[in-house]
Amino acid sequence: MVKIGVYVCHCGGNISEVIDVKAVAEYAGKISDVVLSRDEAHMCSEVGQQLLYDDIQEHKLDRVVVAACSPQFQEKTFKKTIESAGLSPYILEIANIREHCSWPHFDFPEEATEKAKDLVDMAVAKARLDESLKKKMMPIGSNVLVIGGGIAGIQASLDLGDAGFNVCLVEKNPSIGGHMAQLSRTFPTEDCAACILSPKMADVPANPNIEMLTYSEVKDIDGYLGNYTVTIEKKPTFVDPDKCTCCGKCVDVCPSKVPNENDEGLTTRKAIYLPNPIAVPHSYIIDAENCLGCYQCRDVCDPDAIDLDQSLKVIKKKVDTIVVATGFDIFDARDKPVYGFGKYENVITALDMERMIVYGAEGNPIRPVGERIAFIQCVGSRDEQTGNENCSRICCMYATKLSQLLKRSNPKRDVYVFYTDIRAYGKGFEEYYKRAQKTGVKFIRGRVAEVIEDPETKKLTLKVEDTLTRNMIKSQFDLVVLSVGLRPNKGTQNIADMLRISKSSDGFLQEAHPKFRPVDSFSDGVFLAGAVQGPKDIPDTVTQASAAAARAVRLMNQGEYALDPIMAFVHEELCDGCGLCVEHCPTQAISVSGGTASVNEALCNGCGSCLAFCPKEALDLHVYSNSQILAAVQAVLKNKKKGETRFLVFADDMTVYKLSDNVGTAKMSYSLDSRIIRVPSCSRITPRLMLEAFKAGADGILLGESEEKSSPFPNAVQAVKQNVAQVHQVLEKTGIEQERLRFVQFVTVMLGGFVKNMNGLEDYIRKNGEISAAKRNALTKYIQA
Amino acid sequence: MKTLTITSKNVEFLEKIETLSGQTITMCDQCGVCSGSCPMVEEMDIMPSQMMRDVQLGIVEVLDTKTMWLCASCYTCTARCPRGLDLSKVAEALRQYNLRKAMDYIDIEELSREELRHLPQIALVSGLRKFTS
Amino acid sequence: MSLKRLSYFPGCSLKTKAQNFEISAIEVSRALGVELVEPEKWNCCGTVFSLTDDDLLHHLAPVRDLIRFEEMQSKGLVDDNRVLALCSMCYNTLKRSNLRVKENDDDLKNINDLMYLEEDYKRSIDVIHFFQLIEELGFDAIKEKAVKPFDNLNVAPYYGCMLLRPKEVAIDDPEEPAVQEHLIESLGANSIDFPYKKLCCGSYQTVNNKEAVARLAHDILGNAQKRGADLVVTSCPLCAFNLDSRQKVVKELYPDFREIPVLYITQLMAIAFGLDKKTWGFEYNYIDPEPVLKNKNII
Repeated sequence: MVKIGVYVCHCGGNISEVIDVKAVAEYAGKISDVVLSRDEAHMCSEVGQQLLYDDIQEHKLDRVVVAACSPQFQEKTFKKTIESAGLSPYILEIANIREHCSWPHFDFPEEATEKAKDLVDMAVAKARLDESLKKKMMPIGSNVLVIGGGIAGIQASLDLGDAGFNVCLVEKNPSIGGHMAQLSRTFPTEDCAACILSPKMADVPANPNIEMLTYSEVKDIDGYLGNYTVTIEKKPTFVDPDKCTCCGKCVDVCPSKVPNENDEGLTTRKAIYLPNPIAVPHSYIIDAENCLGCYQCRDVCDPDAIDLDQSLKVIKKKVDTIVVATGFDIFDARDKPVYGFGKYENVITALDMERMIVYGAEGNPIRPVGERIAFIQCVGSRDEQTGNENCSRICCMYATKLSQLLKRSNPKRDVYVFYTDIRAYGKGFEEYYKRAQKTGVKFIRGRVAEVIEDPETKKLTLKVEDTLTRNMIKSQFDLVVLSVGLRPNKGTQNIADMLRISKSSDGFLQEAHPKFRPVDSFSDGVFLAGAVQGPKDIPDTVTQASAAAARAVRLMNQGEYALDPIMAFVHEELCDGCGLCVEHCPTQAISVSGGTASVNEALCNGCGSCLAFCPKEALDLHVYSNSQILAAVQAVLKNKKKGETRFLVFADDMTVYKLSDNVGTAKMSYSLDSRIIRVPSCSRITPRLMLEAFKAGADGILLGESEEKSSPFPNAVQAVKQNVAQVHQVLEKTGIEQERLRFVQFVTVMLGGFVKNMNGLEDYIRKNGEISAAKRNALTKYIQA
Repeated sequence: MKTLTITSKNVEFLEKIETLSGQTITMCDQCGVCSGSCPMVEEMDIMPSQMMRDVQLGIVEVLDTKTMWLCASCYTCTARCPRGLDLSKVAEALRQYNLRKAMDYIDIEELSREELRHLPQIALVSGLRKFTS
Repeated sequence: MSLKRLSYFPGCSLKTKAQNFEISAIEVSRALGVELVEPEKWNCCGTVFSLTDDDLLHHLAPVRDLIRFEEMQSKGLVDDNRVLALCSMCYNTLKRSNLRVKENDDDLKNINDLMYLEEDYKRSIDVIHFFQLIEELGFDAIKEKAVKPFDNLNVAPYYGCMLLRPKEVAIDDPEEPAVQEHLIESLGANSIDFPYKKLCCGSYQTVNNKEAVARLAHDILGNAQKRGADLVVTSCPLCAFNLDSRQKVVKELYPDFREIPVLYITQLMAIAFGLDKKTWGFEYNYIDPEPVLKNKNII
C-alpha cells in the first residue's frame, strides 16, 4: 500500500485562471492510494517546498504527484526537497497542467479542467508503480589513455598531466609531433612550426605524470568508463634512447637507403635514422623492415647505444577515460588522376611544398621550384567525384600562406592560386589573405579541370575558366601544387571499431552533439580531439584538445560518477536467454550468460529500443516501465465518455516534449483530444503497448521523436519505425485505419508543425469516428500473441 | 552595361529546365570545371558555366546563345562536376526547349550532296537527332 | 574447337562506311574462338541516348533491338544473354537504354505497351563492348595469336567519350583506362600514353561544323604524334571518321599538320594475327596505313 500526496499548483494564476484547481485537487483526493490532496498558490516557492517537506514527514508519504508547470523547470527543485525529506527522488511524478493544459487551452476552461484531471490520473497511476531508485555511483580513477601524439594528443596530455592525472600517451610513429612537425610556417602569423612545437614536445616526457610510448600502437581496448583494459604493442627501435648522442656516424655506414617519410618521399634516409629534426624521443632508431642486418652501425657506435636484443613488447594498461587524437592523412592525390600526381614529376602536394620550403629556407633545396607556380584548390574536397563532399577547412589558408612565402622569397616568381572560394574565416585570416594579394599572388576564381604535361619540357599546362571574367585560361607552369584535403587517418577506423565510435557522413569520427558536446563521443568516457573529429587548423585543434582534457577531468575529478537509473533491466523469471535483444542494443550493453540476459548499467543509455525485440517481454525500463506506461495510458483514458474522441501523444524527452512545452508557452492552441505522455524515447513504446492503448480507448496515437541526426540514441528512429510497422499490420487485419497511428520526427522549433500534426490527427479521427468497441476487442488476441 | 531585373517569372524558366533535365540547377556553384573540361569551349559564345548561371537566374535569352548547339554530348563536364550535376542533360533540355517549338537548328537542305554522301550515317543520325525537331 | 556464339549488334555504319571495322572484327573474333551472330532483323539504335527525362519515344529503338537479342537467346542461336557492340556509340546508347528500363518499371511497361506488336522486353540482356570480351578472353589469348613483329610499332589508343562516360557505362576507369593499352602490348606493339586519348573528337558537330572537328582532330592527333605515335587506333566509326577522313580539313586549316593513319583496333589485331589482307579493310581508310606498316617491316 502506498501513500500518494497530490499537489495542484495555481502557478500564480497561470494555471488557476483557466483550470479549476480546487476541483482538480478534490478529484485527486478521491483516487485510491491518494492520502492527501492539496491546491497551493506557488508550489515551487519556499512555502510550497516547506509544505511538501512537512507533509512527507507528517503523513509518511512515499509517493508524490505535483500538478504544475513542465518538469523541465521545477523537476529538479521538487526532487531535491523530496530527497532531503529522506525519500528517493524517483518517486516524484509531475502532471504538466500548464504548458500542456492551461496555456494551450486557455479558451476552454471547462475542457481544460477535465483534461487536467486526466493528467493527474495518469501521474498518480505512474507514481503508484514508481520504484524507490537511487542513482548508482560507480568508481572512477585518474588514469587516461591518449591515443595519438600529434599536437592534439600532446596538448591533451599536458593539460591532463598538469592537472594531476596519469596519462599514457601512445604514438605509432617513432616520434611525437604529428603532421605539425612537418610544416614550415603556420598561418596567419607565419610562426615557424618546429620552433613553437619543439618546447611543447619536450614538455611531454618531462611531465612526471605522462608515460610516453612511441613506436607503439593500441591493439585492443575492452571495457567501459572507469574500467578500460588497453593492450598496446611497442615496437623495438633497437637503439637505447638514453645512450644515443645523435652523432650520426651510424648513418654514414648504413647501406640501406629508403624514401624518407618525414619528407613525403622527396628525400631518402637510411634504415637507421633520426625520425625528424625535432624528434622526441631525440634518438636514432632502426627501421627493422629495411635493415639488412649488417651490424655496421653497431661497430661505429661509440656510446654503444645499438641494442639488437630488443623485442616487441606487449603492454596492458587499465585506464578510466580515453582521448582519441589520431589525426589525419592528406588526401591521396592519385585518386584525382586528371591532375597528374604520381605521373608528372612537376605536380606535387602542399605537404611536399612544406618540406621543400623548410629545406629551401636552410639554403638546401631538395628539388627545383621554378618561377611559374600554380596552386590548385579543393583537391579531394568539395568533390562528389572523389566521394568527399566536405570542405577541408585549412587549404585556402595554407595555400594563401605557401603562395606568399614563395613569392616573398623570390619576387620574380609568378604565383597563382586557382580557387572556388577563399575561406578566410578565422582570426587574422582575412588580413593574411589581403597580405598575399598585396605581395602579388594572383588569385583566380576557377576550378582547374585538367593538367597536361609537355613531354619534352615537363612543364604543365592548366586548362581553367576564370569564372569572374568568363575567359578560358590555358597557361603553362613550372610547378603545380595540389592543395590536398584532409582525410581521417588510416588507423582511425580500427580505434573507432574498438571503442564503438561511429563516423559522421564525411568519414571523420562523430561527436555526441555538434553544438553542446563537440568533444564527447557517443561512448561515455571517450573523447575526441583534433582532426580525427573533422578537418581543423592548429588553434582549433589545441582548443579541442584542452576541451577534451577538461571533459575527462570533469568525469574523473570526484572519484566517482553517477549512473542515471533510467535504464533497461531484465525480469529474470521471464527471460529464457534467447539472445535476440543483444544485437539491437546500440551501445552493446546486453549480454547473455548462464541462460539469462543482463544489462551492463555502465553502457546502457536508457533508450529502451531493446524492449520491442524481446518475445517474452522480459526486458523492461526503470522509471518508465511497461506496467507504468500501461497504467498511465489506461488512467488517462478512463474518463472518456461515449461520443468523445481521444488520442495519445508519446513525446521523447529530448525534443518533442520540449517542443510541446514551447507550443504551450507561445499560447498556441491545439486539439483538446490530445493527451501527451513523456518518454525518454519513443523506441520504448513496444507494439504491445500501442495496441493496449488502442484497446484502452485511444482513437489515435502520435509518436513524436527527435530527428535521427540529432537523436542521442543511435537506433531510436529505426526501432520506432519497425514497431509502428508491426502495429500497422495488426490494424490492417482488424479493420482499424492505419492512419490513426502516426510517427513524426520533429525539431524543437517546429511549433507550427506540432500544432498542424495535432489538429490533423484530431480531424482525421473526428472524420472517421471513434474506434468501435468490437474492433478494440478484436485487438486482444494480437496483444496476447 | 546591362542591368538585370529578376522577378518571380524568372523562376518559371528555371523550373521548366530543371524538370526537363532532372537536375537541381541551383546546386551549381559556378566553379568552372565544366568549362575547363569542354572540348568545344573555344567555339562557344558563352561558357558552359555561364549557361548554367543563366538558367539559374531564369534568363530566357540563354536560348538564343550558340553554346547548347555546340555541345557534343561528350559527358566530360558531367564526369567532372564536383556537385554531381549532369550538364549534358541541361544542354539537351535547352536544345529541346527550342526544338519543341518546332524549329530546327540545321537545315539538311543546306548540306551539299557531296557532304551528304561523304558523311557516315552515324554522323547524320546523331546530328539530326540533336539539331532538328 | 567449337566457337562460343555471342549476339552481335552491328549498327548502321559498320555495314557501309565502316565495313573495315566489321570485317576485321568478325575474323579476329573467330580467331579467338568467338562467333559473332547478327540477328536477322535489327534497327538503328538511334546513335545517341536521349537525355531529357520526359522522353520515352527515343528509347523504343534500342529496346526493340534488345528484344531481338532476347529472341536470339530463346531460339538457342547464341550461348548467353549478352550482346556485343563494336561501335562505341551503339554500346553507349544500348547500355543506357537498357539501364533506363532496368531501373524504371513504369518506363518499361509503357514501352512494352506501346510496342504491342512485339514481345515484351524482359530485361534479361546485358550489353557489352568488344573490349570487355577481350578482357574476358584474357590478354594471354591475344599474345598467343599475335605473330607479326610489332615491337617497333608505336600505337596510340584513342578511347573517345562513349566507352568511358558516364560512370555507369564505363568499361574501364574513366580517367585512367588501360584496356586498350594492355591489348596493344599483348599484340607486341608499344602503347603510347597521351593525355588526349579521352578528349572528344567532336562527334556529330562534324555535320555542320567541321572546322571545330578539325581543330579537335589536330589537337588529338598532334598530341599523340608528339609522344611518338606511328598510328592511332579507335573503336568508334564516328571517331574514325572525324580523326581519319577529316584529316583533309585539318590539312587545309593547319598546313604544317603531318598525316597519321587511324585504324580500328580490330584492323590492327587482324594484321597482328597474320589474317588475310582482305580482312584488313584498308580500302575504307582515308589515310592509307600501308606506308607506315611497310616502313616498320610489318608488311
